[in-house]
Amino acid sequence: MDLNYKATELRLGLPGTDDLPATMKSKKRSSPEMCPDESRSIPPAKSQVVGWPPVRCYRKNALQGKKMEVGSYVKVSMDGAPYLRKVDLRVYKSYGELMKGLEEMFKCIIGLYNEKELGYNGSMHAPTYEDKEGDWMLVGDVPWDMFLTSCKRLRIMKANEAKGLAI
Amino acid sequence: MVYSLPEEVLEHVFSFITLDKDRNAVSLVCKSWYEIERWCRRRIFVGNCYAVSPSIMTRRFPEVRSVELKGKPHFADFNLVPEGWGGFACPWISEMSRAYPWLEEIRLKRMVVTDESLELISTSFKNFKVLVLSSCEGFSTDGLAAIAANCRNLRKLDLRESEVMDLSGHWLSHFPNTCTSLESLNIACLGSEVSFSALERLVGRSPNLKILRLNRAVPLEKLSTLLCRAPQLVELGTGAYSSGIRSDVYSSLSKAFLGCKELKGLSGFWDVDPSYLLAFYSVCSRLTSLNLSYATIRSPDITKVISQCPNLQRLWVLDHVEDSGLNAVALSCKDLRELRVFPSDPYIADANVTLTEQGLVSVSEGCPKLQSVLYFCRQMSNSALITIARNRPNLICFRLCVIEPRAPDYLTLEPLDVGFGAIVEHCKELRRLSLSGLLTDRVFEYIGRHAKRLEMLSIAFAGNSDLGLHHVLSGCDGLRKLEIRDCPFGDKALLANVAKLETMRSLWMSSCAVSYGACKFLSQKMPMLNVEVIDENGSLDSRFDSCPVEKLYIYRTVAGPRSDMPGYIRTIDRDRVNTIS
Repeated sequence: MDLNYKATELRLGLPGTDDLPATMKSKKRSSPEMCPDESRSIPPAKSQVVGWPPVRCYRKNALQGKKMEVGSYVKVSMDGAPYLRKVDLRVYKSYGELMKGLEEMFKCIIGLYNEKELGYNGSMHAPTYEDKEGDWMLVGDVPWDMFLTSCKRLRIMKANEAKGLAI
Repeated sequence: MVYSLPEEVLEHVFSFITLDKDRNAVSLVCKSWYEIERWCRRRIFVGNCYAVSPSIMTRRFPEVRSVELKGKPHFADFNLVPEGWGGFACPWISEMSRAYPWLEEIRLKRMVVTDESLELISTSFKNFKVLVLSSCEGFSTDGLAAIAANCRNLRKLDLRESEVMDLSGHWLSHFPNTCTSLESLNIACLGSEVSFSALERLVGRSPNLKILRLNRAVPLEKLSTLLCRAPQLVELGTGAYSSGIRSDVYSSLSKAFLGCKELKGLSGFWDVDPSYLLAFYSVCSRLTSLNLSYATIRSPDITKVISQCPNLQRLWVLDHVEDSGLNAVALSCKDLRELRVFPSDPYIADANVTLTEQGLVSVSEGCPKLQSVLYFCRQMSNSALITIARNRPNLICFRLCVIEPRAPDYLTLEPLDVGFGAIVEHCKELRRLSLSGLLTDRVFEYIGRHAKRLEMLSIAFAGNSDLGLHHVLSGCDGLRKLEIRDCPFGDKALLANVAKLETMRSLWMSSCAVSYGACKFLSQKMPMLNVEVIDENGSLDSRFDSCPVEKLYIYRTVAGPRSDMPGYIRTIDRDRVNTIS
């Protein structure tokens, strides 16, 4: 079972962002520990050397971005609908956009995640998703990036069925 | 008796002289030629935007139509130049908007450009035609909207690999319906989707459109629509090149490509689905330029394509091409001039890709016109380099990156000195060289002795002592740009070759062993140089003379020290140096 330690481990940085070696972060300044004497005698490990190998950020990002975007189509089911749909999560930049997209697709009203009440109060439907561990979660609790990496499929539930999900 | 030609005649003669070098020579003949020449110079190229000031340029050349500027040092491409370093286009654009109302072309490379500057461009120059922003940053799609909306005669908008703040795709819709002059549009670097219908209409009403480079967000299904609207295209950059398996998409795509009788160059190919590759089969025999460097497809698929392209002159590809793919290149592409092989996975030790030095050797054997090489690989040998040098003495640009720093000849475990030595010895016209692998001072001895035409040299993790740098500075007569990182070069070589620095455009040294005191001395001795010390960690004020500087950028200038530096950069102030003992 994948316990997804990475998503919950304590570290500096936004949740949901992958750990990248120092050289992959754009605009990073060179490490303060690197001074000329050390660089002469001890070859630094590849992952610690800024700007080496000399591949432009533009190119690095383009190839990286590609890897992250493979397989982001997820199935979407809506309670009562005769068949399922598929959405490409890549296309959306935020929960708001995703909700709009789903609303258009299923001709329903979901509304927006209410931050104060942490739910979709007053709506007929509640959007939920199955995460990597197989649990059904309410859409909107975690940051968008984290959601993107953990969402395996979506289900739009009828509000009255979504009782145990903090609505 | 002095006989002189009337001004109009001289001006007419000068109009045939286009190279900057020649124009500069003309202006030195005598005062009257200087005067005539400066009034009729139409194009300016400034290789370092801090070498001269905008007002000096406009004062001397009042009737310019085209300006090209470069800002940050080349190593900025690899994150070695910190944020906020400089390269601001604003003062240049302000001055040009004042002095050159008839300006038609602006080309900027590695500069920081703001939306305000773009707006100023769009409203200041009534006949503005060409905007090229290469590896620039600092602007958003709002600035692009201003350009689209206001430049009535825009011919070229090229955003080559710039970092654009992508607020929305709406900017493209700002091109008015009356704009029909577009010849070249490159939006490949943009992330968000532009309105496809606006794009389609723009393409449809631009009969002179020859170059179109789309961004990834343009889906493959829509590509054929665009191609049908622009069958006169000469160069195309696709968007995403995959679409699930849909035979209707494939057939309309191949039909559309069949209609493009002028197509000679292809690029893009993001997210490639190999089953769509041969949709452009009909174009292959005419292709002179193919950029597959974003296409993560495997060697057999690449080989299939390449073997259909006998007229290829330029090929950019990932190391997925492998030695077998390059063998196919050597067999099929006899007209090849430029080869670039990029690493698909630069940060892992073993890429599981069979690309070795052999691939490059094959191409050097099979492609007699090969002049320019950029090659990333994981192993190299002196014997391979010697073979390449012997095969291709016509090389002009040779950039080799053996991915592991200080990697020796994998066969003999010796340094690669002799191999690179053979390159500079045989390739007498070599203008650009990038070194890698295990290298001692010896390689620099060879370079200093043989590389007389070398203009740009990039060095990393190489050499043993100052002698190495001294060989280069004293031997390479044509050297213009020198960039060095992580080498044990200190003060001695610099101080022994002080005069050389004024004959070069710039010198970059980072993580070397140059002392602060040497920088001060250089600055004092050479008033025509800006000696910039970059130190992000310590305080520049409290440095001892013996402290090594983190990064150093020295360039010749007639504009004096610049005033737009962030706190961690200092130009060594000559006056202060004199008064502080």
